[in-house]
Amino acid sequence: MKKQIANWGNYPAIEADEASFVFDDQLNNLIRKGESFIARGNGRCYGDASLSERTISTLKYDKILSFDKENGIFECQSGITLDQVLTVIVPAGWFLPVTPGTKFITIGGGLASDVHGKNHHVDGSISNHVIEMDVVLASDEVITCSPDNCPDLFEATLGGMGLTGVISRVKIRLKKIETSMIRQKQVKAANLQELIGLFEAYKDYTYSVAWIDCLKKGTHFGRSILMLGEHATVDDLAGVQKNDPLKLPKNKQITFPFNLPSWVLNKFSVKAFNFLYYTKNFKKEINNIVSYEPFFYPLDAILHWNRMYGKAGFVQYQFVLPLDAGQGLIEILERIADEGLGSFLAVLKVFGKQESIISFPKEGYTLALDFPVRKGLLTFLDELDRLVLKYHGRLYMSKDARMKPEMLVAGYPELEKFKAIIKKYNPEGKIRSVQSDRLLLTSCS
Amino acid sequence: METVLILGATSDIAIAIVKKFASKKYNIQLAARNPAQLEPIKSDIKIRYGVECDAFAFDALQFSTHALFFETLKPIPNVTITVFGVMDEEDKAFDSWQLTQRMIDTNYTGAVSILNIAAKHYNEQKKGAIIGVSSVAGDRGRASKLIYGSSKAAFNAYLSGLRNKYFKSGIHVMTVKPGFVYTRMTEDLNLPKLLTSTPDEVAEIIYAGFSKKKNIIYVKWFWRYIMLIIKMIPEFQFKKMKL
Ligand SMILES: Cc1cc2nc3c(=O)[nH]c(=O)nc-3n(C[C@H](O)[C@H](O)[C@H](O)COP(=O)(O)OP(=O)(O)OC[C@H]3O[C@@H](n4cnc5c(N)ncnc54)[C@H](O)[C@@H]3O)c2cc1C
Repeated sequence: MKKQIANWGNYPAIEADEASFVFDDQLNNLIRKGESFIARGNGRCYGDASLSERTISTLKYDKILSFDKENGIFECQSGITLDQVLTVIVPAGWFLPVTPGTKFITIGGGLASDVHGKNHHVDGSISNHVIEMDVVLASDEVITCSPDNCPDLFEATLGGMGLTGVISRVKIRLKKIETSMIRQKQVKAANLQELIGLFEAYKDYTYSVAWIDCLKKGTHFGRSILMLGEHATVDDLAGVQKNDPLKLPKNKQITFPFNLPSWVLNKFSVKAFNFLYYTKNFKKEINNIVSYEPFFYPLDAILHWNRMYGKAGFVQYQFVLPLDAGQGLIEILERIADEGLGSFLAVLKVFGKQESIISFPKEGYTLALDFPVRKGLLTFLDELDRLVLKYHGRLYMSKDARMKPEMLVAGYPELEKFKAIIKKYNPEGKIRSVQSDRLLLTSCS
Repeated sequence: METVLILGATSDIAIAIVKKFASKKYNIQLAARNPAQLEPIKSDIKIRYGVECDAFAFDALQFSTHALFFETLKPIPNVTITVFGVMDEEDKAFDSWQLTQRMIDTNYTGAVSILNIAAKHYNEQKKGAIIGVSSVAGDRGRASKLIYGSSKAAFNAYLSGLRNKYFKSGIHVMTVKPGFVYTRMTEDLNLPKLLTSTPDEVAEIIYAGFSKKKNIIYVKWFWRYIMLIIKMIPEFQFKKMKL
């Protein structure tokens, strides 16, 4: 039965058949059925990467296979969400080596996007921490790959947006922690220049990210808050916290009940930011100890916050520019502020070096912001694309719902190699998504 | 710690029930035709909930193996739950005696065979619980669920009888009647959202009913009233209806 599905941005929405599996043989049967398909995790990519007329949902394929608590090695099926993983590993003194800004993604989706976190400049992306994985190909053959075993498949699957096959089993290396708390530092920056200086000054912090107010112009252009963090040690904790240092945070989520007209949104986020900037962060700098939840997943506290953007949905635009392109960052932010189509907040991060075929991160500044879908948006984003290219940047496929194939070609120098690997493992393009067809990665031309 | 045996452990509902009981610190015994398939569930339950979990081969249709299967379980479970069942397309089943018989033998005969054994054992111990996951389809025979519905009706009658027979022995027998449930089996159907439960909801309700020693529970509760209305329609009227 066809039903309407969309990913986190609610744009685009398509009619699709969605089938799930619990056991390996059920996955094989689904693949053998013949028609083309794409794997789908928890639908937290923003655009059309996990959309197709037929999707295979991994959400029921979510079992933990082994957990070596001595050495922090975790093995699971690909459909388990990070949220569930955390509840098992944190009390045992381990943490995810890399986590995106939401815990509601699957491990498989995380690998297929080769996700990055606030620690990219120190720990790289998730691909750095994968020991091995099983990939089920379009032919339904299962291949175990690792940096040494079928390295081409391994590399092209990490960041490959599901196009090489369905990731089934994953084995990753975790990060040791003493406590479930984060020693956090928040520093205010009056403008973009200052912020970039702060990133440099604090580059030894494991975790860092900044929220930028995109509306301020003039001397306060780029007004922002830099958020830094380290896993707290037992010694950092005080009082009762010391007795149960690996305690899991209490779940207190509220659900965003319905789609809001988009004008509410800007008011909402403006208020939220001003609150942080003026009230909470009264001082130039604050230091405190917080649970990992608010530090890593501030938005997860409001389930379905994407409904804030109304029915038409939104597009998230995330690009990376090389470190020497600070000017480009200014030019793009100014262009966004002038046009007034974007959300009020943007998220800025610094990426460390990374060599890969198709993963998004490369050394430089990465900026992400939301654009509610409305008239003129797509033309405007094409214009931003030209600016991104002018400064030798590229876009994140996991957020994308609209870029042109030329943009992908220009941004990813190893694209031909990636395409060749897809051809090898998915020769008939049986595994394909709306995105891969749009970007000419799998369509016949 | 108490132990729960789940017969037919590979279905979505069974997995949800297992998780619920494991989260309440019950040790788990999984049983299904192909126990190798159960390995991932077994490791998952052990790691997530820190309880014991074992997997066993059990075929509802191999009646003669049931006694040995049950008696060699270590430990003998405190709670036995049957979740297995077959629901073939009714038209196909009607045309094939083989399918019809398989449905009846699994849903009714197989369940009776294994539960007789469990019940006798619990009677000797003067304690134990039996939970039979049946269906609202057993409440009234309908053309669209001809064989399946009648096998579940028989199973419902069996469970009531068992409850009656062993009431004095202190054995808790609970009949579970789910309505529509979102599972892998129903993925292709367009189920009415308000009337359909998720496997997790089914498990929640079963656990709550079990804790309160309920006799018959519907999932969700309003199915009791829907079925009541359906049962009240006079037969001369009912026979003309399409349901
Ligand atoms: C609030 C929010 C914050 C975010 N923050 C970050 C961030 O900080 N850093 C970052 O990198 N990303 C971030 N993301 C993006 C998100 O982490 C990725 O899009 C992730 O891939 C989503 O995973 P998913 O399980 O939801 O998969 P989906 O969105 O369903 O799919 C994503 C891609 O993975 C593929 N895929 C899924 N499962 C499999 C599988 N088993 N085998 C093969 N391919 C598969 C799909 O085909 C698709 O191409 C954020 C998203 C949100 C909503």
